[in-house]
Amino acid sequence: MKARRHDDKVLAHHNLTADEYDLITKLVGREPNLTELGIFSAMWSEHCSYKSSKVYLKKLPTKAKNVVQGPGENAGVIDIGDGRVVVFKIESHNHPSYIEPFQGAATGVGGILRDIFTMGARPVALMDSLRFGPLDNPKNRSIMEGVVSGISSYGNSIGVPTVGGEVCFNECYSLNPLVNVFCLGLAEKDKIFYARTDDAGNAILYVGAKTGRDGIHGASMASQEFGEDTEAKRPNVQVGDPFKEKLLVEACLEVMERRIIVGIQDMGAAGLTCSTTEMPAKSGKGVEIDLDLVPQREKGMTPYEILLSESQERMLIAARPDQVPAVKAAFAKWDLDAVEIGKVTGDGKLRCRFHGEIVVDIPVSAVVDLCPAYNRPWEKPAGPAARPSGSVPLPADYNEVFRKILSSPTIADKEWVYRQYDHMVQTNTALLPGAGAAVLRIRGSKRGLAMTLDGNGRFAALDPRTGGKASVAEACRNLACVGARPIGVTNCLNFGNPEKPGVMGQFKEAVEGLSEACEAFGIAVTGGNVSFYNETEGVAIDPTPVLGIVGLVEDIDKVVTPGFKAEGDSIILLGENKEEFGGSEYLNLIHGRNDGFPPAVELDREVAVHETLLAAISEGLVRSAHDPSEGGLAVCAAECAFHSPEKIGGDLSFETDTRPDAVLFGESHARILLTVRTENAGRVLEIAAKRGVPAGVVGTTGGSSVRIRVSGNILVDLPVAEAHRLWKKSIPDYFAASKSSL
Amino acid sequence: MKFGVVVFPGSNCDADAYHACKDVLGRPTTYLWHKDHDLRGVDCVILPGGFSYGDYLRSGAIARFSPLMQEVREFAGKGGLVLGICNGFQVLLELNLLPGAMLRNKNLKFLCQYVTIRLENERTPFTRKGKKGRILRIPIAHFDGNWYAPPETLKEVEDNGQVVFRYCDSEGALTKEANVNGSLHAIAGLVNKRGNVMGMMPHPERAVEPVLGSEDGLVVLQSLLEKTS
Repeated sequence: MKARRHDDKVLAHHNLTADEYDLITKLVGREPNLTELGIFSAMWSEHCSYKSSKVYLKKLPTKAKNVVQGPGENAGVIDIGDGRVVVFKIESHNHPSYIEPFQGAATGVGGILRDIFTMGARPVALMDSLRFGPLDNPKNRSIMEGVVSGISSYGNSIGVPTVGGEVCFNECYSLNPLVNVFCLGLAEKDKIFYARTDDAGNAILYVGAKTGRDGIHGASMASQEFGEDTEAKRPNVQVGDPFKEKLLVEACLEVMERRIIVGIQDMGAAGLTCSTTEMPAKSGKGVEIDLDLVPQREKGMTPYEILLSESQERMLIAARPDQVPAVKAAFAKWDLDAVEIGKVTGDGKLRCRFHGEIVVDIPVSAVVDLCPAYNRPWEKPAGPAARPSGSVPLPADYNEVFRKILSSPTIADKEWVYRQYDHMVQTNTALLPGAGAAVLRIRGSKRGLAMTLDGNGRFAALDPRTGGKASVAEACRNLACVGARPIGVTNCLNFGNPEKPGVMGQFKEAVEGLSEACEAFGIAVTGGNVSFYNETEGVAIDPTPVLGIVGLVEDIDKVVTPGFKAEGDSIILLGENKEEFGGSEYLNLIHGRNDGFPPAVELDREVAVHETLLAAISEGLVRSAHDPSEGGLAVCAAECAFHSPEKIGGDLSFETDTRPDAVLFGESHARILLTVRTENAGRVLEIAAKRGVPAGVVGTTGGSSVRIRVSGNILVDLPVAEAHRLWKKSIPDYFAASKSSL
Repeated sequence: MKFGVVVFPGSNCDADAYHACKDVLGRPTTYLWHKDHDLRGVDCVILPGGFSYGDYLRSGAIARFSPLMQEVREFAGKGGLVLGICNGFQVLLELNLLPGAMLRNKNLKFLCQYVTIRLENERTPFTRKGKKGRILRIPIAHFDGNWYAPPETLKEVEDNGQVVFRYCDSEGALTKEANVNGSLHAIAGLVNKRGNVMGMMPHPERAVEPVLGSEDGLVVLQSLLEKTS
């Protein structure tokens, strides 16, 4: 066999297999030069090509009546009526955030914002799902501090409110933190823009920041495991400039509003390469550009570097020749350059000139559409062996357990985090962070938008299929608790190395589980992101599917909040407490183990519980609603007291054969704790009965303690003030301690 | 009363101030572009919150050089009403239209939250609808809101009654905890000697509708609608 032009070392550096190289040679019609190899390396990376996940992602439910745009564009689009649409997506920035937490997280925010405004939508909300290792480790504290300030710095400056999200802690994220960023934009339905070039002869314009050497091979970095040389990858992380992006948002929205461009795409992963191949590929055209015209920040950059740089805050625009002067003027108003770097061609090729010579000449479809999809070997995850309950001793002091759980950072108040985010700019935030879901008013309408991010790695570790379903169920439940009905889904699938059959099996199961759940709720997945290779030194994270679900509130004045509203209201539990504590915070924190079955997700029941709550809300009966999730019923009741402005307590009582620790701290799904005026309790029970949902009055609000009786014994009895203090100060205390130790 | 909202590159509360004046108060309102030299005949100039020019050097430090700021300086000199909110307050300090300077918040973190502030001086065009001692619940969102001035300036500001708002607890007491950013004398807002230029860190435009959780910001904006006595 003839020797290849590039040896194994070069291929390994480019993360390409010998088979992939041979396929590239066939598609190009000759062996690629180094620059062309770099292009394929980036575009065929797992991050850009979804080569390991494609076969499974095809199974996701992506069709529904309200879907305007499903997966395949920069973001999904859902019709919300009145001629308006929401554009939303979630993306991971896990790898960069581990290497350089501040910039890694900041550029994650910048990237997802571009995905939204590139569609013609003004970004109106951000959320973040964050996972770190335990806070007693100073390294984890420093990562968390960096990530939170990075998000805060970028989001606050650009003026898009960070309205919600989640923060969880587990040892498995110590060497692999997860930073998943969600953005939602609002647009008029007839003003959506897509990544396309249209006709040959159209101009290709480069707008935004200059190109530097930062972030070269970011996409391939995110497609590898980390090892000892992780530190050396720091130069691969991009640096963000939120001010530049703010100008870019305004200028881009202006040219789209005036319809003086044909198509637009941001230069995210794989930079100029990605936009100059994907845009023409969608229009069945080619692009010819002159690399000397690309604005450069550094001297002596090679074609390879120019094409693969992931410098931030850059966009590529296709415009008709007659539109070019107006586009340039619009960008000049915001002190931004719009440089014509090339033309759309009819031959389907990406051709790049550099110092007068053609240095790249490859078919765009080969780069964009012909990356092989792998049906990688997978192993069915070993199911959990048995229920752990038989061997879990009952605690002697439930109050003490309750105190510990309230102080656990995963459960504790996250104000330390969200206080650093501007969550009110744009003045649409109707429900401040801290409740299960965020709610935004829609100007000029009675309706509101609700949104939430949810994932549970512990459940998914025990049983990925159940874990996938559970995340959907919990997200929809959080929406129901504020009075919203789900309308669309985006997901961020965080897993280990897909080349390991065990990981691939987890992925397959989780995707099938979440698909099934989305179908049960009648909602479509409109896009998202897969993040594989979340492994450092061979240790993978728990499989962590994170769901971003958007909902619609019909009447913004009827939004329900978690806090108890008055003394003497009846507390009603919808659903049942089961003996399920596999994967619970209780089992993990108190007994130091994570085994057994995760709580089962019965989708029919779940839907019926949500429908019951929504019906009761629409009748105006519900004064507060909150779901028991991490930490179980006891934490749920306590949070209802914490969210009550007067810190009203509650007395709850359960007669049951179920183990008391499972009643108090188990994390069974399909449960909601709500309060109503006593005279309305009967009506709510009627609504529940009609839908076959078990429900009962389990207590009364009032007093200054959270008191829970199980089978006649008061097991939990803590003053709200004390419980609130533990919950409130847990996370700030970790950071205060780290300062004094300096 | 015609309002003008200045737009610097990096302003991000401009649309919120515009919405509050135009849609909530129902008054004629226009944007004022930083590169222009024209105040378009407005009666009150609002410098909105945000990160003008990215605030990479020092909050408000570059915005003061904007062409439009020369007009604003002149306008203020003639007694025109100027309200600086958050970054707008920082710009007014940089312009020396108000005394003092902003340091980083005492906890060295960005702070976004509701605060309670006490109205100290109702004899300004910005507060005449309120009563001295009234407690307002209004959000803040800033990194550099820790107001500082040398002792002689501080004394002058106090002696002249230039302090308009102070951070307080929900009962109106000045406590260390309530002074979230660490400002000297818990100062949240102040006017110039003449009383026609006010800067405040809390965002009144974020508290003008029930759906947002507070309408206390209306005190400031509605005061501006009252006829000058």
